[in-house]
Amino acid sequence: MTTNGHSDNLVDMRKVDFAYGERAVLQDINMQVPRGRIVAIMGGSGSGKTTLLRLIGGQVKPSRGEVIVDGRSLAGLRNKEMFELRRTMGMLFQMGALFTDMNVFDNVAFQMRENTDLPEPLIRDLVLMKLHAVGLRGAWNLMPSQLSGGMARRVALARAIALDPTLIMYDEPFAGLDPISLAVVSRLIRTLNDALGATSIIVTHEKESLNIVDYVYLVSGGTIIAGGTPEEIQQTSDPYVRQFVDAQPDGPVAFHYPAPDYREMLGL
Amino acid sequence: MKSLFSALAGFLRRLGAPVSGALIGLGQGTRFLFAMLAASGTCLRRPGLVVREMYFVGVLSLIIIVVSALFVGMVLGLQMYETLQRFGSGDVVGMVVALALVRELGPVLAALLIASRAGSALTAEIGLMKTTEQLSAMEMMAIQPLSRVVAPRFWAGFLSVPLLTSVFNVVGIYGGYLVAVEGLGVDAGTFWSQMQNAVDFRLDVVNGIIKSLFFGAAIMLIAVYQGYQAAPTAAGVAMATTQTVVRSALIILGMDFVLTAFMFTGMGS
Repeated sequence: MTTNGHSDNLVDMRKVDFAYGERAVLQDINMQVPRGRIVAIMGGSGSGKTTLLRLIGGQVKPSRGEVIVDGRSLAGLRNKEMFELRRTMGMLFQMGALFTDMNVFDNVAFQMRENTDLPEPLIRDLVLMKLHAVGLRGAWNLMPSQLSGGMARRVALARAIALDPTLIMYDEPFAGLDPISLAVVSRLIRTLNDALGATSIIVTHEKESLNIVDYVYLVSGGTIIAGGTPEEIQQTSDPYVRQFVDAQPDGPVAFHYPAPDYREMLGL
Repeated sequence: MKSLFSALAGFLRRLGAPVSGALIGLGQGTRFLFAMLAASGTCLRRPGLVVREMYFVGVLSLIIIVVSALFVGMVLGLQMYETLQRFGSGDVVGMVVALALVRELGPVLAALLIASRAGSALTAEIGLMKTTEQLSAMEMMAIQPLSRVVAPRFWAGFLSVPLLTSVFNVVGIYGGYLVAVEGLGVDAGTFWSQMQNAVDFRLDVVNGIIKSLFFGAAIMLIAVYQGYQAAPTAAGVAMATTQTVVRSALIILGMDFVLTAFMFTGMGS
């Protein structure tokens, strides 16, 4: 089912462990991302969400288990094949990661110029179309330093979809955005996914994303602790999920970092 | 007995840790060098990438190179003339200035200036690109940062150093001329002919340029490597930038001694 390239799941992670040196980051991750859907990976800061995206992008390798993207197991891919596969992926980085020495136009055009032989007039039209899709056609000649946080995120989004990827990954697309920009970006994610016929994975801790996604995985302490549709997640009685959804400061996720007895430390 | 052993073991460990650390660093640097050389094909296919970086590394360093060279040459002319004059040989000042510049001061001072002006900038730029995930983003676009970002900067710097060194030599000699001939009244014909007689193109000028090639390779390798392996934080980039300047300076001075020993000893005999 996974070798013919036409499985229903674009991304399939099986029993994946990952560690940075000695420090275990992820344990026993089983995750499926069906084609055409938007899947959110939610969880607190530092729970290993971003690492999940880096595993799917092949930027880091799992210490155990298998990551399958578009029917191909990443472990068996040579460097060149990995790069071919990445051409079908688009990624929006946490703070945009726009190239600071190029203007908006060149940022979006970058991948087209580097990876394709398209003639410049065609690239120009494509870039303007991508910028139009995120509402920033008029900002083509601005430098990244002249953009607001929300605009930078939208340019990065236009850049991520430059070559019409089949898989779009978003690393904290909503972090630090004002409510209007947040609504704009979240609507864009849904629209672009459906218009491009793509599959999207959003790593986030914003509950806002529950409105636009089809499925949610909750990650805590390096493992997946719950999964379901947004409705299921919102109605569950699981204490961790409740704490996350209701934004309670204390609960299964403790407010205090593990510490010796308070009175003892104060010498009382 | 047991505590003696553990003390001894601890001593050996403390002795070994910095040594193995240095060796690991050397190994990583070498692997980085080969990976970058392997990724340098893009620079040949698209020389525009290198030329663009040469503008930042080379052209923008011109002012500091020209001004420094002028003053170094002027000071040399002044000092040498004062000393030589005591022995009645003030006329050879042109030769002394030229030899000092093309053999030693030109390559070394130009390299030190480029390391602090351009090397540190390269480290900071690459380090910040890493910190802001620009390198990661490039990787995810199926573009190798080593071939698109690192290699063009390395080669641009490598090519710029001998060119800037030549400019330094020429301007320095002109500074010496200004002081000696225009200021102190040495005969212009003597100044130039003494220089022409004593300075050998192959042995002095070319050797000086060869030195600068070595310096250029060392500075640029240190600069791009420090930037590429910098910890992706503000403190990490600051640390890497400092390291670039400090290590470049030490390596330039150390290499200069070795190269001089190879090139210029036994020439008088």
